[in-house]
Amino acid sequence: MNLSQAILEALESLSSNKMRSGLTVLGIVIGVAAVIAMLAVGTGAQDSITGSISGIGTNLLFVFRGGGRMGGGTEVRNPKPLTLQDAAAIADPFAAPSVELVAPVLQDSLIVSAAGQTTTTNVSGVTPDYFPLRNYTLTEGDVITEEHLLGRASVAVIGPETADTLFGRRDGLIGEQITIEGQPFRIIGVLTAKGGGMFGSEDNQVLIPYSTAQTRLIQRRTRDQVDMLLVQVVDSESVPSAVEEVSAILRTRHRTEIGADDFTVFSQQDFLSTAATITSVLTIFLGGIAAISLLVGGIGIMNIMLVSVTERTKEIGLRKALGARKRDILTQFLTESSLLSLFGGIIGIAFGWLIAFIVEKVAIASGTPFYPRIGLDAILLATIFSAAVGLFFGIYPANRAANLEPVEALRYE
Amino acid sequence: MNQDWVVVADDLVKTYKMGEVEVNALQGASVKIARGEVVSIMGPSGSGKSTMMNILGCLDRPTSGEYMLDGEVVANMTDDQLASVRNRKVGFVFQSFNLLSRQTALFNVELPLRYAGQVENRRQRAADALKAVGLEDRMTHRPTELSGGQQQRVAIARAIVNEPAIIMADEPTGNLDSKVGKEIMQLLLNLNKERGATLIIVTHDPVIAAQTQRIIKLRDGMVEDENMQNGGVQ
Ligand SMILES: Nc1ncnc2c1ncn2[C@@H]1O[C@H](COP(=O)(O)OP(=O)(O)OP(=O)(O)O)[C@@H](O)[C@H]1O
Ligand SMILES: [Mg+2]
Repeated sequence: MNLSQAILEALESLSSNKMRSGLTVLGIVIGVAAVIAMLAVGTGAQDSITGSISGIGTNLLFVFRGGGRMGGGTEVRNPKPLTLQDAAAIADPFAAPSVELVAPVLQDSLIVSAAGQTTTTNVSGVTPDYFPLRNYTLTEGDVITEEHLLGRASVAVIGPETADTLFGRRDGLIGEQITIEGQPFRIIGVLTAKGGGMFGSEDNQVLIPYSTAQTRLIQRRTRDQVDMLLVQVVDSESVPSAVEEVSAILRTRHRTEIGADDFTVFSQQDFLSTAATITSVLTIFLGGIAAISLLVGGIGIMNIMLVSVTERTKEIGLRKALGARKRDILTQFLTESSLLSLFGGIIGIAFGWLIAFIVEKVAIASGTPFYPRIGLDAILLATIFSAAVGLFFGIYPANRAANLEPVEALRYE
Repeated sequence: MNQDWVVVADDLVKTYKMGEVEVNALQGASVKIARGEVVSIMGPSGSGKSTMMNILGCLDRPTSGEYMLDGEVVANMTDDQLASVRNRKVGFVFQSFNLLSRQTALFNVELPLRYAGQVENRRQRAADALKAVGLEDRMTHRPTELSGGQQQRVAIARAIVNEPAIIMADEPTGNLDSKVGKEIMQLLLNLNKERGATLIIVTHDPVIAAQTQRIIKLRDGMVEDENMQNGGVQ
């Protein structure tokens, strides 16, 4: 018998017990839909995390005090703090040609109040370069300038969420007064909302001139100490050389031993690849759990096929009496089980797509834009996997059928 | 006399092991059946009639003994080779019809042709076989829509569609009333006359046996008596 005949016969046989076939297919549908939806959600999560890391800025380096903080190196005793002089050295275009901008940051969690409202939020002392470096734009007002730095001005740029908390609105705030740790500041700008970032609330912060923070709000042990240096690299190809240049400068300035850096340079790519690792583990984990339900569906197929073989023992005996060879019977039952799982696979892909679609709508409705992505690879994987499940779990029952003794089978009632 | 034998079986033994107990269903039975002959096999229940039929029809292998069907020695054949021999040389008619209940009469009759790998004329040949048993107006009926006699006719059409050397019927009228049984018997005899098909019929009914050319009597797995009648050979 050829394949198209086998498929036709299998279809007839499956449709003669629609309820049973339907329920068996359902098991595969659930499995495949789960796999598709989970992979889609996982990939979507990956996209959105990658997106938000890129949103921090482009081609950034983060320089922290202390060795081995994220890179896995050894912890160094008595690390020297990063200073403004370090920042100036890195900004030198001759020593570090790959560096475009350097921004020192002082950061602390402080009490901010206005109009009777009080909140605790992140306050950062920054320089004018900080804004282009972080891709910050304003909905109204102006950024912090060199004049503000020189004058240690009591001015602040606030995030939209902070504005909501303190004033209940996001506009018309220029010139309004806020107090930080009891000291009065005048609002000169409001940041554009960035949305749900992965690194705390970028929308909930207050930016003030670096010099103001240094002298009046965020005192460190030495005057020139900074918490973090943000470095922008000229282009993405230069990131590795920029890391080297920055490290070389800091090693010389801090006189550290070789292999015992008392600082950490972390690039955005490092963040990205760390995040990618985490999210792909997440995706595999989700997909794996979903795959278990596909496995359960496969066992369902095996179960039904075994029942079907037993029920049709006499039919198998008859077919053998009429000249069916082992492989004819094998083909017959494998075709049935593969068709069951293939149908399940196709319907499951549609269902998985629907689930991903619903997740997207719910995510958008709840204000965190998130786009589950169904790749061709996921569809291919699900189709192949479900057909393989049908074949694999069909082999045992089909073999059992093919190896029945014709006489015994014919006698079966 | 140089005979054209379809069945040459010598000293067939079939032993079933059931744990410790051995059941000797056949113990040294020999038969020869000529082409075109009509033979009945009789004997008390448990005498080994069905066992012999299964071996002659290549559904089962003897424990020992020689068997040649239509010139082919089947002793050392694989399962698939046996399947092919059954397909080409044997047509089975069962007591309980054994039709695929979900399929039409036509499909049931086509089945041996499908397993023969026959694609051309399949429908036509199946239709011709159904016509030969007088069911040309019941081709698309399913077994549940046919009477017992009609179902057995479909089974006979299925048995002859591949033009086998031999038709084997194990109590073909056992599930039918005597009038319909007589019609079925007549149909088989006509097929023998018109097509020259060799016919082996297992039966308990002396009336049916009396219509055949030779009666092989089995007792305790051995051929007790071969009773020539109606101008049989030998
Ligand atoms: N699969 C088997 N396992 C064990 N013993 C068997 C098997 N098949 C048949 N026998 C035994 O072999 C003997 C012959 O059985 P067989 O079916 O050939 O009898 P029969 O002549 O066809 O009887 P009946 O007229 O009742 O159909 C019986 O004793 C039976 O119990
Ligand atoms: Mg019997």
